[in-house]
Amino acid sequence: MKTALANRMTPYLFLAPAGIVLVAALLYPIGYMIYASFLDWNPSQRIGEADWIGLRNYTNLLGDAAFRESFWVTIKFAAIVVTLEMVLGVGLALLLDRNLRGMSILRTLFILPMMIAPIVVGLMWRYMYHPTVGIFNRTLENIGLPTVPWLSDGGWAFTSIIIADVWQWTPFIFILSLAALQSLPQSAIEASRIDGASAWQTILYVKLPLMMPVLIVTALLRLIDAFKVLEVILVLTNGGPGLSTEILSLRIARTASEFRELGVAAAMSNFLLILLLVLTVAMYLYGKAAELRAARLRAAAEEAA
Amino acid sequence: MPEIRLENLRKDYGAVTVIEDLNLSMEDGEFTVLVGPSGCGKSTTLRMIAGLEAVTEGRIMIGDRDVSRLEPKERDLAMVFQDYALYPHMNVAKNMSFALRLARYDKDEIHKRVSETAEILGLTDHLQRKPAELSGGQRQRVAMGRALVRDAGTFLFDEPLSNLDAKLRGQMRGELALMSQRINKNMIYVTHDQVEAMTLGDRIVVMKFGKIMQAGTPEELYRKPQNKFVAGFIGSPPMNFLPAELRDHGGTLHVEGQGFSVPLSAERSASLKSYTNQNVHLGVRPSGFVESDAPGAIEMPIVLSEYIGAQSVLISELGGQQVTIELNSLEPVRIGEIRHFTIEREELHLFDPQTEAAL
Repeated sequence: MKTALANRMTPYLFLAPAGIVLVAALLYPIGYMIYASFLDWNPSQRIGEADWIGLRNYTNLLGDAAFRESFWVTIKFAAIVVTLEMVLGVGLALLLDRNLRGMSILRTLFILPMMIAPIVVGLMWRYMYHPTVGIFNRTLENIGLPTVPWLSDGGWAFTSIIIADVWQWTPFIFILSLAALQSLPQSAIEASRIDGASAWQTILYVKLPLMMPVLIVTALLRLIDAFKVLEVILVLTNGGPGLSTEILSLRIARTASEFRELGVAAAMSNFLLILLLVLTVAMYLYGKAAELRAARLRAAAEEAA
Repeated sequence: MPEIRLENLRKDYGAVTVIEDLNLSMEDGEFTVLVGPSGCGKSTTLRMIAGLEAVTEGRIMIGDRDVSRLEPKERDLAMVFQDYALYPHMNVAKNMSFALRLARYDKDEIHKRVSETAEILGLTDHLQRKPAELSGGQRQRVAMGRALVRDAGTFLFDEPLSNLDAKLRGQMRGELALMSQRINKNMIYVTHDQVEAMTLGDRIVVMKFGKIMQAGTPEELYRKPQNKFVAGFIGSPPMNFLPAELRDHGGTLHVEGQGFSVPLSAERSASLKSYTNQNVHLGVRPSGFVESDAPGAIEMPIVLSEYIGAQSVLISELGGQQVTIELNSLEPVRIGEIRHFTIEREELHLFDPQTEAAL
């Protein structure tokens, strides 16, 4: 009797350390953040001294035009960069999926931007965007074109951070698409050549549809990441001019450090968390659906056999 | 349905030559089988004809058109792949009609052709299914169907039955033979299975190390193999080979080895005169042994006996070598028995031990 119980408990005993670490490292901070979002909390106070204000942080935020603007900028930014990066990344992968001399070196060069620390990327681009000594404006000037206010005009600043982000993250899409391409069944591609498909038709009707599962997951991963982008924009524009490039994570950082409103910052983080959770759940459901579909197909095939 | 000719075909991968100076012509409407052990270059040859591999040197002619440098789609051919190569994201109907849709055929025409072909192949109920929802045999049929709807001039098959289990393979082989008779097009079929080659081919091309060892009808290859390789490759169970010597016994040459001495016909004795007292390899098919009590019959102990019914496959020993014998007899043969056999005259295959060419 006793040994049976001990036997049943043994696995849980072994799992316990991991469980404790998980609770301490993951759930505690999240719980802390959710709790803080219901407080009017100034960093000079200890958390116990802060006033409980219920959902007021949330309702205030929904009515706050600056927050809504920031939310919109974030969504616009994420949608545009992910679309551009997907098109460029997949395009490059299709272009470079061949055996040419030196291709492996070229591939390594292509993924370099992804390996540079975001702060460095921000600094680098800030110098390049510099109105007088930056390479872009100097080049424009040298060939006799009008210079561009890269970071000082609202519209241009938004474009500039998109360019920097696309530069840094297209390689991520590129390597994943390339891996997907190279694991496609070669014979299906050969069959399409025999069936009379041109290179374009093969891409459109065979390669892209077969890559789709990988592409969807890649896009979702990239989307989640794009919603959290901070450093590059912090260094490039610090959210300005005005609110034109103030994405959500930047606003959260400023609310906590400049405006000293920890409760509001926590509530904002929760909004972002909810948004990301929706995306993650979407990704999970997609994976689950694909799995179920595969299982159903297998069952049908076995039945047919 | 024009004649296909391969002229001095050569294929290098870097420094490695896999096909060397290959010459072959295939008659209009002929079912040609390329057969050989793995690595013999048969698949590479087929893929060069298909246009999936570049030709290093030489020409591929279809009719009087040099297609060596043309894209696959310009060669008017259809192909069935070893792993079927179906498009996993398209259903059966879409898989079969892909080529027709690319060629912008009329919708009604596509529908008509697909449903006719599906009818022939028994796929009508599965047209809306995806490949993953089909059994191996059904996928195989879809692959065939995809080639058939095209109505191309030449059909290429790259080991199409090798992924099926033995029973299904036999069944599909039969269906394929029927189909090839009905549509009467150029067919080039690659396999490593000599039974498939023998049953399907109008003509068989046996290859080894990128070279053609012999090309001919199944009967020619079976009855008159030109070299030891073809003799050993074609036929099941395979031919027995025994070291022997040609000796002159009063004008008649005898093939002599340990435990046997078999006279040759007068004709062959005359033509092989120059080989007197020289070593040769004697090849005898398992079915070439006939039980007999005649004088000079070879005494053979039975080491192993596999009773199949109307037949027994026996393993015996002759001159320290294992010999396979096929015996037509309803009676099972016991292990340890000693039986006497003679060898049928036309079953005496002699090969030069150096060149391995048939004598």
